[in-house]
Amino acid sequence: MGGHSSETVPARTGFMGWLNKRLPVDAFVKGSMTEYYAPKNFNIWYFFGSLALLVLVMQLITGVFLTMHYKVGEATAFDSVEYIMREVPYGWLLRYLHSTGASAFFIVVYLHMFRAMLYGSYKAPRELLWLFGMVIYLALMAEAFMGYVLPWGNMSFWGAQVIVNLFGTIPVIGPGLVEWIRGDYGIADATLNRFFSLHVVAVPLVLLLLVALHLVALHETGSNNPDGVEIKDNKDAKGNPVDGIAFHPYYTIKDVFGVGVFLTLFCIVVFFIPTFGGIFLEKPNFEVANAMSTPDHIAPVWYFTPFYAILRAVPDQQLGALAMALSLVCLVLLPWLDRAPVRSIRYRGWMWKTALTLFVISFVTLGYLGLMPPSPLYTTLARICSVVYFAFFVLMPIYTRLDPVKPVPTRLTYDHE
Amino acid sequence: MSDTSGGALHGSPETPAVDSSRRVFLTQATTALGALGAAFAAVPFIASWSPSERARALGAPVDVDVTKLEPGQMVTLTWRKQAIYVVHRTPEMIASLPGHDGQLKDPGSKASEQPAYATNVNRAVRDQFLVVIGNCTHLGCLPKARFEKAQPELGADWPGGFFCPCHGSRFDLAGRVFQGSPASVNLRIPPYSFSNDSTLIIGKDDAVQGAA
Repeated sequence: MGGHSSETVPARTGFMGWLNKRLPVDAFVKGSMTEYYAPKNFNIWYFFGSLALLVLVMQLITGVFLTMHYKVGEATAFDSVEYIMREVPYGWLLRYLHSTGASAFFIVVYLHMFRAMLYGSYKAPRELLWLFGMVIYLALMAEAFMGYVLPWGNMSFWGAQVIVNLFGTIPVIGPGLVEWIRGDYGIADATLNRFFSLHVVAVPLVLLLLVALHLVALHETGSNNPDGVEIKDNKDAKGNPVDGIAFHPYYTIKDVFGVGVFLTLFCIVVFFIPTFGGIFLEKPNFEVANAMSTPDHIAPVWYFTPFYAILRAVPDQQLGALAMALSLVCLVLLPWLDRAPVRSIRYRGWMWKTALTLFVISFVTLGYLGLMPPSPLYTTLARICSVVYFAFFVLMPIYTRLDPVKPVPTRLTYDHE
Repeated sequence: MSDTSGGALHGSPETPAVDSSRRVFLTQATTALGALGAAFAAVPFIASWSPSERARALGAPVDVDVTKLEPGQMVTLTWRKQAIYVVHRTPEMIASLPGHDGQLKDPGSKASEQPAYATNVNRAVRDQFLVVIGNCTHLGCLPKARFEKAQPELGADWPGGFFCPCHGSRFDLAGRVFQGSPASVNLRIPPYSFSNDSTLIIGKDDAVQGAA
């Protein structure tokens, strides 16, 4: 990620000297670690980027080992997962690490995205950084959805049925598209096989590429910070930002502490509450897929439920699917909807603070409603929250312009209370 | 630059002028041809996702002995990976069908999918037997049979029908969708026929027979 040429690196002798002539090891470490300057005022919200990277690596490792025991196919998939759980040494641990990792991934990514909203990290010049992040988020949703189908439990089957049928609401090409995605007249062996291929090969490759692009874009613009002040505007005689500190050792140490706290919480879930009361692993998924029996109450895993609640809130099939798609498009467009002259919530006015609070309340409420069976009261609530959700984005160009902002300091406020 | 006979010419007396318009044309032609080739090469990969020959061959018709079905009972079977509901409707059920047209999205089944011989009030060849594809026209879940009238969760004016647990779509005893449901069309009716008084064949009708 570093842009330092080898001339700026002191010449070394011995093996490292030999190596540096052939591979820019020292230049890379310098450019992206020891002389990569990050703002000195990062707070707790800045843990979640590095934690997302940690979870990605954990998912790759546990996934590789699960693939060694999992047998794809409608006749074998469910049994092989039970085999992993009961007979493979530590198979239960591999699977619970992977299933808990999926939920942890979304917790960390949602907090990471919320951090960007708090401090305006998506605003110029970091729009592309946000876009890469959003595409990672969408790829992650596809990855998680297809991964949930692999155990071939009854919720896997009916979840796949509902999500794949969403594409059937597209006018004209919809029905043909659904048959093409499934490879059969219903969710079948062919569907399971292709989801396995995409889940273990194609989407992880895309995710790794996108994460690399996300990091390259980050290191080009530099990190934003809780003050939303550009540290590159104040440089010392050597050309380094006065309010910046080297990423290594200062933030690597900070991130290691964050990893410790995260892994403590993560292990508590893995070892003591791996299904999280039916939220991380849903109860109907402990029964094999049955095309003749829809579970009494069907709900996606928690990280999809806000969007699912929006889908259900609209009393029309095509408009519901469209609203769900638009709810994601709104997030993608955030850098262009927000017209405020300041980045951080610290210097924004009451309008943004109110809007963001209402948005968070509606998002969390939608997430809860999406887990619950439909009822008249819940449908009304979901409709109200959906309106709030969309109003947050649609009205944003107006209220962010009218919002009374505070003056932004030229330097970081290190001792911010 | 004395030589102006070509198109976009550049260069000095030492290096002969280059006709870059030819290069641009060749580059564009190569790119276009390459893109066309890539598009053709993508066809087998995309086509490999369509239902296989085996999946297509497994769509054979299914026989049902309807004499085993008591009035008011329903049986669920599979045809082409889809759930098929066969309901033996009682005379009261049939009589109740025209009574709630005002609450339906598509009472005449004009926008819905069914063979011509089932495009009538009862959506059936024989009034007492309802044959529908069970998968909800919203997102494919299986609606539950709720044949009793006035159920607490479905309201006092519930005339009996089907309720989808996934997203709350409601259908009457002819598979017609009620207003306020996320589904926008009635449950689909598969091609079917009766070969004699007792045997219902799903996936085969006169039109199909005639063609065979």
